[in-house]
Amino acid sequence: MEKLVVPTMADMMAKGEKPEVLFWVGCAGSFDDRAKKVTKAVAKILQHTGVSFAVLGMEESCTGDPAKRAGHEFLFQMQAMSNVMVLNGYEVTKIVTACPHCFNTFKNEYPALGGNYEVVHHSQLLQQLIDSGRLKVEGGSFKGKKITFHDPCYLGRANGEYEAPRSVIQKLDIYFTEMKRSRANGLCCGAGGAQMFKEPENGNKDINIERAEEALALNPEIIAVGCPFCMTMLSDGVKNFNKENDVQVKDIAEMIAEAIDIN
Amino acid sequence: MIANILFVLLLIAGVGLFTKKIRSVIRNIKLGQDVDLRDRPMERLQTMIRVALGQSKMGSRPVAAFFHVILYVGFIIINIEVIEIIIDGVFGTHRVLSFLGSFYNFLIGSFEYLAFLVLIACFVFLSRRNILKIKRFHMKEMTKWPKSDANIILITEIFLMSAFLIMNACDYQLQTMQVGHYFKGEIVGAFPISTQLISFLPSDVSILEFIERFCWWFHIIGILAFLNYVPYSKHFHIMLAFPNTYYSKLTPKGQFTNMESVTNEVKLMLDPSAAPPPTDTPPARFGAKDVQDLTWKQLMDSYSCTECGRCTSACPANITGKLLSPRKIMMDTRDRLEEVGKNMDQHGADYKDEKSLLGNYISEEELWACTSCNACTEACPVNIDPLSIIIDMRRYLVMEQSTAPAELQGMFSKIENNGAPWQFPASDRMNWTKDEN
Repeated sequence: MEKLVVPTMADMMAKGEKPEVLFWVGCAGSFDDRAKKVTKAVAKILQHTGVSFAVLGMEESCTGDPAKRAGHEFLFQMQAMSNVMVLNGYEVTKIVTACPHCFNTFKNEYPALGGNYEVVHHSQLLQQLIDSGRLKVEGGSFKGKKITFHDPCYLGRANGEYEAPRSVIQKLDIYFTEMKRSRANGLCCGAGGAQMFKEPENGNKDINIERAEEALALNPEIIAVGCPFCMTMLSDGVKNFNKENDVQVKDIAEMIAEAIDIN
Repeated sequence: MIANILFVLLLIAGVGLFTKKIRSVIRNIKLGQDVDLRDRPMERLQTMIRVALGQSKMGSRPVAAFFHVILYVGFIIINIEVIEIIIDGVFGTHRVLSFLGSFYNFLIGSFEYLAFLVLIACFVFLSRRNILKIKRFHMKEMTKWPKSDANIILITEIFLMSAFLIMNACDYQLQTMQVGHYFKGEIVGAFPISTQLISFLPSDVSILEFIERFCWWFHIIGILAFLNYVPYSKHFHIMLAFPNTYYSKLTPKGQFTNMESVTNEVKLMLDPSAAPPPTDTPPARFGAKDVQDLTWKQLMDSYSCTECGRCTSACPANITGKLLSPRKIMMDTRDRLEEVGKNMDQHGADYKDEKSLLGNYISEEELWACTSCNACTEACPVNIDPLSIIIDMRRYLVMEQSTAPAELQGMFSKIENNGAPWQFPASDRMNWTKDEN
């Protein structure tokens, strides 16, 4: 297997090159051990399919999304405007990210602050790569496996993208099964709106438990996700039912990377 | 003659009172902050036609949707009959539109079928609320007035439709008995439903005439009373669904507003040489503490809410027992706005009481339970946006009061200090490339 090479925008610029796409790793993708594996899978797929990409590395900084959802508009706009300066400095035109929160913020809230980019979620890029023939996938070890998909709120309801992640994993010849609350009616994992960074308010159940319960009721072998926060919440939820040895929570990029044997 | 005068006076009083109330509602809505929603008129019109007229978002709950459509179509079409009632009432005529001949028969016949269906729908809805006790109609915020409001509307509707059908039954009987002005040479109108009631009617002509007149007056007074009840009720949605969907949010649900006042300040901070923005009066405060800090659209949302609870039953926070209920956010906003309006009426426009929406009505705990998942806005059949109110209040808490939960304060300072919501230095950002699988 070829060695993973991840250039930074600074490296590229020094060589006088410009990548096709900026891979925005995001804070979870950079620092969360579980999410880092997804980051790696995305990078491997990009390299495998010959998409020229680069990351910002040390120059990357929080998009400001959690600050904005928590009501800290100042902090959000400070982050956004300094990110825009960096991105525009590198003349970035296309961004791919595996985090729906970064995706939503870039796509919808950055343009008015001077940041105009084509922004795609990694599920959309995967679909584009499959559709254009650059990425060829077969079921492999996933063939016939019972798999459900949990819609990230900020990809699904927030931006109307329900198809891309489904169509990508269905390329794996899986036995796809849908939760009752899916697509526009999907239930949040509980992490959105900056809940990721705080304890839940008092209630009679945690949201991720409610959601994991719903997913586990389908007896899937894998719960597919497309968001690092959903990954954390649902993994915890599955553990809560002591099902972590029977049911895996996997990002769609990990599944694709595994299916084409580059993971 | 006395009847005609009485009728005209009633009509003027009914419409006049209604107009007065509507003006006060408009005044209240205008207490909100300005926001320009005149863009994309065609798209707005299409949204209104699809969502309000076409009730496209009702279908996710088919039983409610089916009976709601009956009530809706019945309500609109049967009210065509009101035109005739008004002409008859003012000029002392009887069934003045009967010259339309077979078309008139068709109209009256359709009204009867619809009235019958409306009766069934009302009974179905009453039993859903009071016998089946569907969960979303029996939550914390659905006691007292909100609970009786729904029942009052349904029972009133039952009385109105019954009066209409009994009136028709008597009328038909009087026509067949060829009594006075009831008989116009032939039977006018078609009475497919009310003829079933004839066997229950008395045979005495004067009693028949009395019942017919009583039902006629009951029906029209009922309609005028109902008209004046609507703006105080959850039933206001029958009118406001239309403007409210017209002014729907057209941007993606995930897109929150970028506060312009903040943009100006941040620009100055990042580049002190930048020209300060034109001296528009700065906003009184960042975010929303009271109803006047919300936009007029958010206030219109609150009047448009029919308290169906679809938002709350889809809310992940509410489902898991948290205090937050998006429906309550809307009901609180309306209640507070009405209170502010009442204060202005009683004590003058500049009167300020000690209360506010945040604190007296909505608690911080409710606001911090929201995951901003947009399930509520997706569920709302008239495109109300409770999430935007929650976020505006969070903005007030964070930027004016610095009272976010401690963990969030920590998250803020981590973003400020090391550019990530967790305590990791930027130099670790490439560690994932080094990790072994």
